[in-house]
Amino acid sequence: MKLCRSMLYIPGDSPGMIQHAPVFGADSILLDLEDAVALTEKDAARKMVACYLQDYDFKDLIVTVRVNGADTEFFDYDLKEIIPCSPAAIRIPKCNGPADVLAADKKIEEIEKANSIPVGKVKIHAMIETAVGVENAFFIASACPRVQALTLGGQDLTADMGVQKTKEGWELFYARSRVVVAARAACVDVYDTVWADISDKEGLLKECRSIVGLGFTGKAAIHPDQIETIHQAFMPDEKEFRKAIRIMEAAENAKKEGKGVISVDGKMVDAPVVARARHLLELADLYGFERSGS
Amino acid sequence: MDMTLNSLGRKVPLELPGVGSFAPYKSPFAMLGQPGAFAGTQMQLRRPAPARSKVIENIEKAVELSGLKDGMTISFHHHLRNGDAVIPMVLDILRKMGFKGLTLAPSSIPDAHDCIADYIRSGLINRLYTSGVRGELGKLLSGGELEIPVVIRSHGGRARAIEEGSISIDVAFLAAPACDPLGNITGSTGPSACGSLGYAITDARYARHVVAITDNLVEYPLNPRISIPQYLVDSIVCVDSLGDPKKIATGAARITRNPVDLKIAKDSFRLMKASGILEPGFSFQMGVGGASLAVAKYLGEYMKGKGLRGSFGLGGVGGYMAGMLEEGLFDAVFDVQSFDSTVTSSMQENPKHIEIDASWYASPFNAGCIVNNLDCVILAALEVDTDFNVNVLTGHDGVLRGASGGHQDTAAGAKLSIVVAPSFRGGVPSIKDKVTTVTTPGETVDAIVTERGICINPRREDLLESALKSSLPVADITALKKEVEKLTGIPHPAEFNYDKVAAVVEYRDGTLIDTVYCRK
Repeated sequence: MKLCRSMLYIPGDSPGMIQHAPVFGADSILLDLEDAVALTEKDAARKMVACYLQDYDFKDLIVTVRVNGADTEFFDYDLKEIIPCSPAAIRIPKCNGPADVLAADKKIEEIEKANSIPVGKVKIHAMIETAVGVENAFFIASACPRVQALTLGGQDLTADMGVQKTKEGWELFYARSRVVVAARAACVDVYDTVWADISDKEGLLKECRSIVGLGFTGKAAIHPDQIETIHQAFMPDEKEFRKAIRIMEAAENAKKEGKGVISVDGKMVDAPVVARARHLLELADLYGFERSGS
Repeated sequence: MDMTLNSLGRKVPLELPGVGSFAPYKSPFAMLGQPGAFAGTQMQLRRPAPARSKVIENIEKAVELSGLKDGMTISFHHHLRNGDAVIPMVLDILRKMGFKGLTLAPSSIPDAHDCIADYIRSGLINRLYTSGVRGELGKLLSGGELEIPVVIRSHGGRARAIEEGSISIDVAFLAAPACDPLGNITGSTGPSACGSLGYAITDARYARHVVAITDNLVEYPLNPRISIPQYLVDSIVCVDSLGDPKKIATGAARITRNPVDLKIAKDSFRLMKASGILEPGFSFQMGVGGASLAVAKYLGEYMKGKGLRGSFGLGGVGGYMAGMLEEGLFDAVFDVQSFDSTVTSSMQENPKHIEIDASWYASPFNAGCIVNNLDCVILAALEVDTDFNVNVLTGHDGVLRGASGGHQDTAAGAKLSIVVAPSFRGGVPSIKDKVTTVTTPGETVDAIVTERGICINPRREDLLESALKSSLPVADITALKKEVEKLTGIPHPAEFNYDKVAAVVEYRDGTLIDTVYCRK
């Protein structure tokens, strides 16, 4: 699967923004039918997003859709209209436990079958935005194979915890750590919440560096101007990049020679290190790193 | 009307009855590079009796003293922007005094002055020379209500036309934000302060008679800055107000948050960087609108980060450019026209903020104008075409709604001219096979930057190579046009009455680059 460092939120009722989606350099977009759309515009937004999914060339963008929560009257309508258009994934708000995911999985499967879409094609990105969701994160991530990612919803989560969301983000430190570990344990991707202050790029970069350090695979953006900063934070360090090349070369040589043990710079490396090196080289490709001269 | 084809394949008249004869456009520099001088207009000499004050009772009296007659040419400047009340005030008095058939030759016409349409209908004005027209006036002209076609000139082209005598100003009515009793004038102080009086300086220098109209008569001598000296001014009239101070002293334009404009701006800046022009001592001009102003934001951040200091900024100067001067990012700013109120104080307080006249700015027929020293200019466009020609004058419906401004002057002078435009506006694509009207020839445009890709003029192979080397999103302009048309469809072309010419568009050297026909 294509790496997905950035996920740009676009309101589902904003055709002017949707039509420009491929030009901003995001790895993926999230067409939002939930919070960004007023109650009176839900039907129109749903229909418009469906039209775009069917007819518009999003080029190589990964296109996902955030539907309204299962506790709303719009959830079933959203799935019925959107799933037949085969977006890469559906983002489901407020997943509190595996039952929420399994219920959605069942509904999506029915629609896939009815529309001759291979079962499991449309993935689920489960939003963790309640305290109970955080505590159940691993069970949510591993509830069914359709779950492709966990995503942290910082605003609702801090509200649920009765605390203020701050720029420093200490109130989310535990939740972030817990959700990342859960996602990694379940072998799914994990996306961080948005940075709300569009004009504060320094703060965004600081937060991005911190969540990259925690192990997030991507971060949501609420303005196209944030994408470059997010990508900047995911850019591999040159030294690490060179080391990753050496690890991969050593791994390939070991494979050819039938050796079970891989050694780089005089130190033994094991499978997770090789996997990380592979991921790092894929990332480096996105930034145009030259592998020659290593 | 006897028409011929110019080198861009545009049909242009050889002569306009009541205006004069024209040569067709050949190439951007066809008229340049010739040694020696040739005769131009001389400053008009006068022999007034020595006096300690030139202040007279009212505009009517000033008009009488000027010797204005039917059929003569009057001029105004547009430095007061949409706050200007002087143009309507004077035209109304001239109408009441019974004048007919005047030629109106302002430096440009502020957007708000729809009233000029009425003065054309009333017969007060029957010829118009300007940089641009918008609103009601544009509709009237495109509707064919003015018998003699409008002549559209760039700012540099107008200065040239005045200096060579193609525009012969009989009476210049100049709004003067500060004026002393002998006619020393500046635009940088007073309740109607507007900053530079660059275009007015040229008018004052060559007009047969100059009337200063002021709401701020100061004690002699005006100081410390004098934009127009007393020896060019014949009479002074005091009025209550030159216009609406709120619309004259507009706040500085803010950097856009529109993601499409920001994307265009960022890619334009990247192209500047890739081209190698961002070296110490480089020079720069940008517009004040959306994407072009945002380029300055990225440029300013880069210059600060690298400790890079440029030689000069030029314009059309807005608050952002004045701020860059204040921060020491440029050695000087040359200002022919100020865009907002922050510029006014910069000009007053910072000696490196230098007021220049229109000829100094951009006339191709003097010993060297500043646009020729530009390393990079960022320009907007209404339409572009696959030959890189630019239209800043007519809308997709063919109606006059823009201004030539300094577009063709700076594009010709700058080493790197970048045109910025969203690939479509309101569902109408910006890239055409042929622009409705050519105002700036593609030969002087190096790149067109849209949010969907950067199109490099094939004449600039070096720039293309640099852009590709820097992994910029380069796009073939024809392919990009097709891509955009997939989204928008292809609009029906505007329908014209080819028997009736609404306007002719001069290139800066005085040749005709295009013709605007009346709408059907």
